[in-house]
Amino acid sequence: MSSIWPQLEGILDDVQKPARYIGCEDGAITPKYHRDKVSWLLTYPDTYEVGLPNQGLQILYEIINERSDAVAERAYAPWTDMASVLRQNRLPFFSVDTHRPAQEFDVLGFNLSAELVYTNLLECLDLADVPIHTERRRPEDPLVIVGGHCTYNPEPIADFIDAAVLGDGEEVVSDITETIRRWKNSGRTSRESILRELATIPGVYVPYAYTPEYEKEELISITPRFPETPEVVEKRTVSDLTDWPYPKNQLVPVTEVVHDRLNVEVFRGCTRGCRFCQAGMITRPVRERPAKQVRTMISEGVRRTGYDEVSLTSLSTADFSGIEEVVKGTLDDSGCGQLSVSLPSLRVDAFTVGIAAELQRARRTGLTFAPEAGSWRMRQVINKLVGEDDLYSAVESAYSQGWRRMKLYFLTGLPTETDEDTKAIIDMARKCVEVGRSHQKSPSVTVSVGGFVPKPFTPFQWFGQNTEEELHRKIRLLRDEAKSSRGVQFKWHDSRASVAEGIVSRGDRRIGAVIEEVWRKGGVFQEWSEHFNLQLWVDAMEKHGLSLDSYVYRHRTEQETLPWDHLSAGLHKDFLWQEWRDALDAVGLEDCRWTPCYDCGACTGYGIEHVVASAQPPAGGSQGTGQQNLTSGSVPVSFSGMKL
Amino acid sequence: MKKIRVRFSKKGKIRFVSHRDVARIWERSLRKAQIKIAYSEGFSPRPKISFGLALPTGNESEAEYLDLELAEDIQENFDDLKEIQERINLALPLGLEVQKIAGKELRADSLQQVVVQSTWQFDLSGYTLEQAKKWSEGVLESSEIVVKRERKGKVVVEDLRNQVISIEVIEETEAGVRVQADLGTQPRTLRPSELLAASNPPIKARNVCRMNQWMLQGDERIEPLSINDAPAPSAQIADVTRRELNHVRTNGQASESRLNRQRVIRSTTKT
Repeated sequence: MSSIWPQLEGILDDVQKPARYIGCEDGAITPKYHRDKVSWLLTYPDTYEVGLPNQGLQILYEIINERSDAVAERAYAPWTDMASVLRQNRLPFFSVDTHRPAQEFDVLGFNLSAELVYTNLLECLDLADVPIHTERRRPEDPLVIVGGHCTYNPEPIADFIDAAVLGDGEEVVSDITETIRRWKNSGRTSRESILRELATIPGVYVPYAYTPEYEKEELISITPRFPETPEVVEKRTVSDLTDWPYPKNQLVPVTEVVHDRLNVEVFRGCTRGCRFCQAGMITRPVRERPAKQVRTMISEGVRRTGYDEVSLTSLSTADFSGIEEVVKGTLDDSGCGQLSVSLPSLRVDAFTVGIAAELQRARRTGLTFAPEAGSWRMRQVINKLVGEDDLYSAVESAYSQGWRRMKLYFLTGLPTETDEDTKAIIDMARKCVEVGRSHQKSPSVTVSVGGFVPKPFTPFQWFGQNTEEELHRKIRLLRDEAKSSRGVQFKWHDSRASVAEGIVSRGDRRIGAVIEEVWRKGGVFQEWSEHFNLQLWVDAMEKHGLSLDSYVYRHRTEQETLPWDHLSAGLHKDFLWQEWRDALDAVGLEDCRWTPCYDCGACTGYGIEHVVASAQPPAGGSQGTGQQNLTSGSVPVSFSGMKL
Repeated sequence: MKKIRVRFSKKGKIRFVSHRDVARIWERSLRKAQIKIAYSEGFSPRPKISFGLALPTGNESEAEYLDLELAEDIQENFDDLKEIQERINLALPLGLEVQKIAGKELRADSLQQVVVQSTWQFDLSGYTLEQAKKWSEGVLESSEIVVKRERKGKVVVEDLRNQVISIEVIEETEAGVRVQADLGTQPRTLRPSELLAASNPPIKARNVCRMNQWMLQGDERIEPLSINDAPAPSAQIADVTRRELNHVRTNGQASESRLNRQRVIRSTTKT
């Protein structure tokens, strides 16, 4: 094993932001290598600034390095200037910890959080001099294993990966390491043997071990090739976060990154049941960390890192039932000067604003809410049950407590959306400005709108995405409405990017050729507006005889085989279908955490349940769901930190 | 005493971190070291730290400076300052190291104003001693040194000949020939990379290291904070082996190699 640092040193003067490539973080580990150890290169296939804060990658980095039989380093996608300099100088893709060539690792583990990074995955493999196609790899080449939310539909990248991991990685990473170690120690002869063995680990999907069948153009089944391969791959779920207080040594970078602060995960999962939200569906059930542990992680983290800002991370953070205890404790015993706490995901109600006011005594910049849709009817369709009362009391509360700017997030192109629904977005923003006028001279509301892209394992997985023209029309409509509204700023996401995302998010194995084509034509960093090019995707689809209509714009039927039907996030397909029908009827569904179980499958299927930090529902009620308090009868929860 | 002046070095991998990022590292490291800094008043309070001249990203330095104001008075005695220095050094990332701390008079002028020149060392890659001497004579004999740079979208062309104070050829190195140059910093700094790029043909700067910064005291030039008690005689220059710092540590613990690192003092023989 060798470091290419001496060669890199000479070229770092020639690239932008060289600090992306040096490592040197506080908390970075220099592993001790041994030929019997399994070596992982954990890669985030986007820039260092975006990838470094990723908690999933940092958790695995620590867990692997704690093992006596494994080591892990990290890597991030080199920016385009660095990629060309590397190619010119015949230097490989490398780790930032000790600058080792990626080729020398046993496993290249990729974190896939967004579909548009798939072309970067190919770029990293190619720079690493690893064949991009799994069938071309030799036993001595690294295994390519991916994880992250995108792996719930790994079919579009099936040709390029050796395995995909579904769900929480904390436990399965050890299962995989042990399997690979045995293979390595037995001489590392056949690639097929390791792939077949990996395919038997629960939570691990090996595309090679499954065959898709098509009838005419239609996918009809994906079935195992080998007798020992399971028919359905189930996701992995860590039952109690108390056992996993990671990352213990959050990496502190020497250059500025996104989310540059201490991040403490307070819970995983969400039971609000927003029907567009893949994260909320696939991470069930709710598993809260005990408030005491959260406080310890904050105080130790702040002391160790020197950060003066901590973010409590989770979906819908104000739903954390230990929030008040944590907030109070953190502000009382911080002792570290001006510590500020941020909640990345605010619930829309006055209680939440109260918490935010408490937390941001030092710096009060802007507040962000996500009502997601403008009309109540639309919010019932998507099951984001934020009532008007909730919203305007939150807004009132924010302006009266000194905030001047507010940001509201919305989706457009949702199922059954009419122009009335679309325009209601601006109505809502106008009313917020009005509310603000009684407290502030010139209140401002920024409306940010994204085009909706349906995702696997959500009730909207059957929905035909709006065409680019339709999304663009809706955005123009909103822009015109916003123009005539004082105090309302309008921002939108490029509707062309939604098309490319749509191709990949529900694509099948045939989309692999499209991804490869886009990459070969230079289409890397497609998440970045300066590099995104829809034409590359459209041309590639056409070249391979695949239609946008069929992959993106078409409603799916109840009978058809979806490309992820052989994978499972625990959710029953009939539950999702029922939710889809209820959505079309604009019927909402209450948060299951405080009501009897709807049997979505996420708990019952795996014999686990919600884990909460407090028996009381979070203060502020369970906003908008009509559930003001605990319904009588038993609630299927257990308390974190207690083994029942 | 509330104000202190800090002299530190920046070496190894961390030289690729920008001046702005170094400022962020300092703020965080001071909090980590639990050194209480005074904060500005107002809507968004900022710690009272003022940095000296920016060091170009990618260059090393033996002599960077910053001034900071503490929240509480400390005694200006060796032990207090030594303790602060040790605490900060444990908190700083590998490659940044405080060499000296001293009290600063409250009314002393800011570093950016008082520093008038820097001493640099760099390698002319691929050059022989003879070529290097010819180059340095050429620079010193030239009547103008035209430097172009982009600033706020406009190309600014300046003659920075006056900023070249002296150039000496020192020795042959692996990369070529090491040269030492005193370059002016007022009204604006001439960077070694700019000097070399302005040469015909342009030369790529290698292994650039700022060795000293200088301010004037009467006719004499002195360092804002000398590592030695007396101002450093020009013939003797502190240097650290330029080999890459050994990046060996686990979980944020400073490595032994860092703690035991030998500083090599050598006298440069003038050629």
